[in-house]
Amino acid sequence: MKADIETKLKILADAAKYDVSCASSGSKRANHNKGLGNATGMGICHSYTEDGRCVSLLKILLTNYCIYDCAYCVSRKSNDIQRVAFTVREVVELTINFYRRNYIEGLFLSSGILKNSDYTNEKLIHIAKKLRIEERFNGYIHLKIIPGASPEVIREAGLYADRLSVNLEIPSEKSLKKIAPEKNHGNVYRPMNWLKEQISENKEDRRKYRKTPRFAPGGQSTQVVVGATPETDYHILNLSASLYKEQQLKRVYYSGYFPVSQDNRLPIVNQAPLVRENRLYQADWLYRFYGFSMDEIIDKAQPSLDLKIDPKLGYALRNLDLFPVDINTAPYELILRIPGIGLKTAGMIVHSRKYGKVRYEDLKKMGASMNRAKYFIQVSGRPLLLSTDTPEGIRHQIMYQDKKAQLTLFN
Amino acid sequence: MTLRYDGTYEGLMTAIFDCYERKLNPSCITSASHFQPGVFDSTQQIVTDVKKAERVLKWLRTKLTPKGFNSLYLAFHSELPNIEMTIYHFTKITIAHKINIERDFRQTPVLRIRQVTKMMSREIHRMHAFVRFQKTSDDIYAATIAPDFNVMPFIGDHFKKRYADQQWLIYDTQRNYGLYYNLETMQFIKLNNPDWAGRKQIKASVLKEGEQEFKRLWSQYFKATSIKERKNMKLHLQHVPKRYWRYLPEKY
Repeated sequence: MKADIETKLKILADAAKYDVSCASSGSKRANHNKGLGNATGMGICHSYTEDGRCVSLLKILLTNYCIYDCAYCVSRKSNDIQRVAFTVREVVELTINFYRRNYIEGLFLSSGILKNSDYTNEKLIHIAKKLRIEERFNGYIHLKIIPGASPEVIREAGLYADRLSVNLEIPSEKSLKKIAPEKNHGNVYRPMNWLKEQISENKEDRRKYRKTPRFAPGGQSTQVVVGATPETDYHILNLSASLYKEQQLKRVYYSGYFPVSQDNRLPIVNQAPLVRENRLYQADWLYRFYGFSMDEIIDKAQPSLDLKIDPKLGYALRNLDLFPVDINTAPYELILRIPGIGLKTAGMIVHSRKYGKVRYEDLKKMGASMNRAKYFIQVSGRPLLLSTDTPEGIRHQIMYQDKKAQLTLFN
Repeated sequence: MTLRYDGTYEGLMTAIFDCYERKLNPSCITSASHFQPGVFDSTQQIVTDVKKAERVLKWLRTKLTPKGFNSLYLAFHSELPNIEMTIYHFTKITIAHKINIERDFRQTPVLRIRQVTKMMSREIHRMHAFVRFQKTSDDIYAATIAPDFNVMPFIGDHFKKRYADQQWLIYDTQRNYGLYYNLETMQFIKLNNPDWAGRKQIKASVLKEGEQEFKRLWSQYFKATSIKERKNMKLHLQHVPKRYWRYLPEKY
């Protein structure tokens, strides 16, 4: 029996939702041909799911038929579910019609694995090509590269897609072997490395010849599943650091694991580790935007992030000797390390202090979260809070305040 | 003293010019439409004079960076109460200092302009995100909006670049004007006695046949893409406040 488009959309969007990436930013594809779409500038979330994630792209699988049997995946071969597949035309029409109505920024296309990885990848690329050439579509296209792809296939994919991603999924080879018998890390890293080379070669070529077509201008990303296997935060964050450095990824996504149905190769959990996932993202941000190195965020001796407090506060409490920081004289890099002061406020502080002293009241108005920051800063004319100068004391006070604030909110 | 002006940016700039020329010290600058006379307050009517406005603007341009200069124009369109006085005070500080003060966030008007600009940018961004077009029977992709601020003058470029090959119309039902793109140029338009359906939506009778199908597919997609085990309505509402729901087929 052939399923109608609505049924297919329901099944294939449902199966694709576990890929958490939704970015539509970082590309530079302008509308050059008076065609449809424009992928310059910042990403746009056109809606948000009820779990609070951004909906930016039409994120679907081409099909949920799959020859693999990865324990963590809904579409695994041994799972008894309805299998459907979109036709090329259906994907193209959905994308164009959704885009024209301003529902989406573009398409994120992935797939279950048919026959082998190159065969599947070629099908995905075929759709991207059709969109670019026949429909003159300049919106965002994110293509999933199935592990094990050959260099030729990747070269082709980069010509039509803005972003490509090969998912690592399981953070260590040992665990991967256990729950995804057909997969191995080599098949993931090889395409990643080819991608990295081709992206940087393309940048070089574009410097020489401006007409060179762009290759995956939005770069590449990956995803790791957290909590399905025993790897620690220390392990995961160092893996990310190496992916950012060696493979020059734009993003690493963390997906808190929760059971997509019973499979005895996996641990039994009742709830996705949402707090842990959140702490990992915070740590990732500190690494990418705040100038922290990974060993400042987490070390081997304490391999799990503190779930009760954010990693920046954790860092400050472990390094109290660096504080208080004088907001009128300290360098920008150090101001960024003050808990409760983010990138925007730090910027405003260093601009404003050129004109004169920044006072305690100014900080508050500029948006600093003073219930955190006050323990770590020195502002002219204000004594430091000496009553609580031990890490435990400060930690206790901040947590108590947060709790109190929550209580008043609900009463 | 209260100054009344005509509600245009040129009018406000004229008022600022007059304050300097005639050494006025206003306590309030307001457009006629919101005017509430105070008991002990005297009122002066400002007559918009493009030449005076040009002089103020030209001078501001030399004192501020392009970004700082534009931020005043952007903030003005927030239509927030007292935004005129904030712009007036900002100008006053600019005059009082030799150097450019647009990033001295210790000064209340400077900080306020920054905050209001940010609110405006966020609303503009939300319109980029939440406008939902429906195709009408004459092949125009049309959408109605009712933004918190008057953002229409700032959203056209984005849509023109993106939808270069389709005719579109975005209409602000609150302020009763819209922006129409005819495949060549954009123009502001005003409809006489527009006839909307409920929630100021476009009437189903003028839509292209089969148009509702896309709404349904989109809502279906939206539902399928949520992960119910991770449901977090607090976060959801933070991102999509309820006042925007009426634009969104997936929420209605």
